[in-house]
Amino acid sequence: MNFDLTEERQMLQDTLRRFLRDRYDTETRNAILESEGGMSAEIWAELAELGIIGALFTEEQGGFGGKGFDLAVVFEELGRAGVVEPFLDTAVLAGGLIADLGNAAQQAHVEEIISGTLQLAFAHGEPNSRYDLNRVTTTAKVQDGGIILRGRKAVVVNAEAADMLVVSARESGDVADEAGISLFLVPATSGGLTVQGYALLAGGRAAEVTLDNVRLPEEARLGTAGEAFASIEARIAAANTALCAETLGAMETATRLTQEYLGTRKQFGRPIGSFQALAHRMADLLIELEQARSAVILAAGHLEDDTLACERHISAAKNLIGRVGRLVAEESIQMHGGIAMTQEYELAHIAKRIVMADHRFGDTDHHLERFIALAAA
Amino acid sequence: MDLSYTEEERAFRADVRMFLQDKLPNDLSDKVRNGQELGKEGHDRWHAILNAQGWLATNWPAEFGGAAWNAVQRHIFEEEAAAAYAPRIVPFGLSMLAPVLQKFGSKEQNDYWLPRILSGEDWWCQGYSEPGAGSDLASLKTAAVRDGDHYIVNGQKTWTTLGQHANMIFCLVRTDKSVKQQEGISFLLIDMDTPGIEVRPIVLLDGGAEVNEVWFTDVKVPAENLVGEENKGWTYAKYLLTHERTNIAGVGFSQAGLTAVKRIAKAEMAGGRPLIENPHFAARVAQVEIDLMAMSTTNLRIVSKAAAGQAPGVESSMLKVKGTIIRQEINDLARRAAGIYAMPFASEAVEGSNMALPNPHAAGPVAAQYFNNRKLSIFGGSNEIQRQIIAKTTLGGAA
Repeated sequence: MNFDLTEERQMLQDTLRRFLRDRYDTETRNAILESEGGMSAEIWAELAELGIIGALFTEEQGGFGGKGFDLAVVFEELGRAGVVEPFLDTAVLAGGLIADLGNAAQQAHVEEIISGTLQLAFAHGEPNSRYDLNRVTTTAKVQDGGIILRGRKAVVVNAEAADMLVVSARESGDVADEAGISLFLVPATSGGLTVQGYALLAGGRAAEVTLDNVRLPEEARLGTAGEAFASIEARIAAANTALCAETLGAMETATRLTQEYLGTRKQFGRPIGSFQALAHRMADLLIELEQARSAVILAAGHLEDDTLACERHISAAKNLIGRVGRLVAEESIQMHGGIAMTQEYELAHIAKRIVMADHRFGDTDHHLERFIALAAA
Repeated sequence: MDLSYTEEERAFRADVRMFLQDKLPNDLSDKVRNGQELGKEGHDRWHAILNAQGWLATNWPAEFGGAAWNAVQRHIFEEEAAAAYAPRIVPFGLSMLAPVLQKFGSKEQNDYWLPRILSGEDWWCQGYSEPGAGSDLASLKTAAVRDGDHYIVNGQKTWTTLGQHANMIFCLVRTDKSVKQQEGISFLLIDMDTPGIEVRPIVLLDGGAEVNEVWFTDVKVPAENLVGEENKGWTYAKYLLTHERTNIAGVGFSQAGLTAVKRIAKAEMAGGRPLIENPHFAARVAQVEIDLMAMSTTNLRIVSKAAAGQAPGVESSMLKVKGTIIRQEINDLARRAAGIYAMPFASEAVEGSNMALPNPHAAGPVAAQYFNNRKLSIFGGSNEIQRQIIAKTTLGGAA
């Protein structure tokens, strides 16, 4: 066993950490959060140039990483700095699905993604699907040599900015069947596609996407008809690895800020960290942070395993990160006191990121139940 | 012991329910239900409706024009009001300043200020905390220096809730720097329109701007606005804080919150079934409900004892800790219940923007509320301070 990063990944981490430390402070992020699009095209382009997006794809796909530990390294740093740009959505989810399933013409988009010139969104969840990946009621019907999509997709992150959406739709089977689900590459300009956008509490934007008889050519399908589920599950596993690492990075920032504050904030004539009631709770957070780090390492290290082994570790990590995340966010705010309630203070955004990560790709409870079910499988 | 309500109490509940049905405006209850801000006009309207009914100053003695309800009546009203999504009653004048004036103020002060609180003419806010004086409130630095018939006030207050609507502020100010911190503090009433006062909003992490910084630069305050004696303000402040905590358990809010959690979890689907039927989620809800049942009774026990002439001491600290833990747990459940629809966000700062939120299961801005209510365990004396009070009282010198 060896818990050190490879030289390449160490360099990636150093480069990204340095860039974000210099270019992505709280003031910058708060300005981005308040901007209309909720993201910075400039930061996106610069990070693409640094090779950050390329690190999220394998060599065969045209990148130079794409493994669990590459995702973990990149997203831990993005989380540490509280980056709100949609790397998860454009690259890991939608981009990953195109790279995994696309034909040669479709795969040509991967180059545009890596160079930072293409924005994407993955439109999969629906108003009544909650965290179930198999529940797809949006339909795809083959008609007159084309495909007609009908349905509604819920909380599609980055949908407004996306040049294309990867949309899941059912071609056969019952609403909750794994078989019968297909993926389609839908240009944002398609007729019948409505995107109603809104801000997200933890930064970035999402939208309700309505597909009202969206007409596509047959070539818009990604992969084989009705057989997309395994790829969706695998990509959500990668996204969960990234999200867990991102949350770990955010928790590192939260605990660092809290430690600093406990050391400098004085009440009753002494630093508040000298009160045992707070000092012991800070110690608990640091213990749990190490647990979180191990959970991320386990998820990243097993991402390329067979499905069962991989998914067990993903659910374990998402459950543990969800629990620890709530503790770290709430305790960091509480130990700070009022200052942590202000938008202006760095912890505000970081705490929201940590807690709201529990609302993507399955929450603490969902993954506990899934862990149990996978153990029985 | 008798846990059943008397006939009079049941009749009272029926009256309250009828009143709420008839008089609570739908637009206000809709806003409360959806977690939207009421604005000054909304608060003023509800204040006037309660005043017309004589149900505004329920905690004031009859001699000051109060309804003088007992603990059970207040409990019943709180339950019914929360269930009907009635707005909270803004407490600064009614429940915080008024008891202090009634106990320590002059007759002239009571005759002048109390009717103005009832009529809504004055909107009060609280000038207690300062950037350097939070949990350690007695270290406050805002100074008032006597100059003939006036005090000249300089300094800064913070976390002033709804200060943007207020025309009056009651402040703790330092009038003597040469003595022990607690012995040099006075209680001063200040007109917010006085030159030298500046109110700056603080945007909170949920995007709302309900609290403010208030800056004082050479603010001239008439000496008759001093409450009680100079340098006795700490005693009055502590008296006010115990009053602030009489409703601190927030039983009504928790009951309404739990009802909302169940409503969301019935509409939200998980695995093709309503979330409320998921054993794991149902267990979480049940756990909080069990805690709330007991806490509601603890609250009644303690408040009834206080009404019978015994001041709630350490028990009010216990209620604050347990009450806020339960409320925050319910906020957490509401957030969980909403699933992916907890993610969207419309800033309260943008009027009417809530309507733009996708909300197929009528959850409302549950995640924003979850974050906003982290304040419950911080303000009014943090839960750490409350635990310290409990420990000190019960362990004495060992704590």
